[in-house]
Amino acid sequence: MSRVKPKHQRLVLGVMALVALICAGLLAAYALRNNANYFYLPNQMASDPPPTDRDVRLGGMVEAGSLRTLNDGVTIAFNVTDQESGRIPVRFSGIVPDLFVEGSGVVAEGRLTGEGVFRATNLLAKHDENYVPRELEEMSKHQAEELVVEAREAQ
Amino acid sequence: MHGFANPRRFLKLARWLTPLLLASGTVMAAIALYVGLTRVPPDRLMGETVRILFIHVPTAWLGMGGWMAIAGASLAFLVWRHPLAALAARAAAVPGAVFTAICLATGSIWGRPTWGTWWVWDGRLTSMLILLFLYFGYIALSDASAREGVSPKIPALFGLLGAINIPIINRSVVWWNSLHQPPSITMGNSAIDAAYLGPLMLSVAGFSLLFAGVVLARMRALLADAQAEARLRRMASEAA
Repeated sequence: MSRVKPKHQRLVLGVMALVALICAGLLAAYALRNNANYFYLPNQMASDPPPTDRDVRLGGMVEAGSLRTLNDGVTIAFNVTDQESGRIPVRFSGIVPDLFVEGSGVVAEGRLTGEGVFRATNLLAKHDENYVPRELEEMSKHQAEELVVEAREAQ
Repeated sequence: MHGFANPRRFLKLARWLTPLLLASGTVMAAIALYVGLTRVPPDRLMGETVRILFIHVPTAWLGMGGWMAIAGASLAFLVWRHPLAALAARAAAVPGAVFTAICLATGSIWGRPTWGTWWVWDGRLTSMLILLFLYFGYIALSDASAREGVSPKIPALFGLLGAINIPIINRSVVWWNSLHQPPSITMGNSAIDAAYLGPLMLSVAGFSLLFAGVVLARMRALLADAQAEARLRRMASEAA
């Protein structure tokens, strides 16, 4: 039986160390899952409400049709929802970021009050992964595809 | 592959490959940035700020790619003990750190108008900042080991260890709720409109070639440094 060359031994050891390291990193990050979340989702906040004296963040979508200005003229009210059933009403007085519109993502910083209303002290807009030019915004996906086909035939 | 581990053969190859990579990378990046900054239509929500995409994304990928290069070269050095692999790892550290810093800076500038904040401590941003600190640590360590003339085994181990951060950066937006959006480009799928995707890919290719060119240029400089030092030492010992 031939002896294993030291070079190959080092290769096997090195690769094993690398694999072990990456697995350790993945496991550690996986264990952090719930602690490293930047914000609560609405259904998480509804099922396990944070204490009312602690600053937390709430993230989700601004529910379409829920955004309105209250009678004082500076406070806005809207609902934050997730894809599931969760829904939390939010109040905020202040300047909102450009990307803050109905149907867009939002992260609100503030506290949950006893009545189940979230009083935000700061709003952050959350961009999604889609990048679409302004001209294509109004078109449905089907229309946009037709346009592409027409353009290709015209060439 | 082992043929190029010979410094003489490597230098012969690098002599013409370095200017070729730098020139083609500069031309491609310049075209991509020109199209990205002036020709591409504004985004439906972000408007003109979408143009920062063409710098932010390539620098982010290369910031991570730089550490993968360090880790790969470190593994090659630890296994085959070839000094050129250690040199390659050392050469990739500074451009990697610069690209990571550009990524963080452009991301911060982008975050102000779109998110409403310069910085948040969410998973993606924090893990990217840690990558920058890892680069600083690696540069200090590898420079120290080169200056002291000891084996670059310790920086190589550090380069391998630091690779742990790369999958964390990559997965941070998937595992955790974060302010940063999830990946737009996944295996064979893109949520980026074709109008942006073309210049973006050209920009990534151009910056990658530039990165490779800088690494080769730095490797040549480090080799020349080592040769000059060896010659000085020889002359000193002959004179004594």
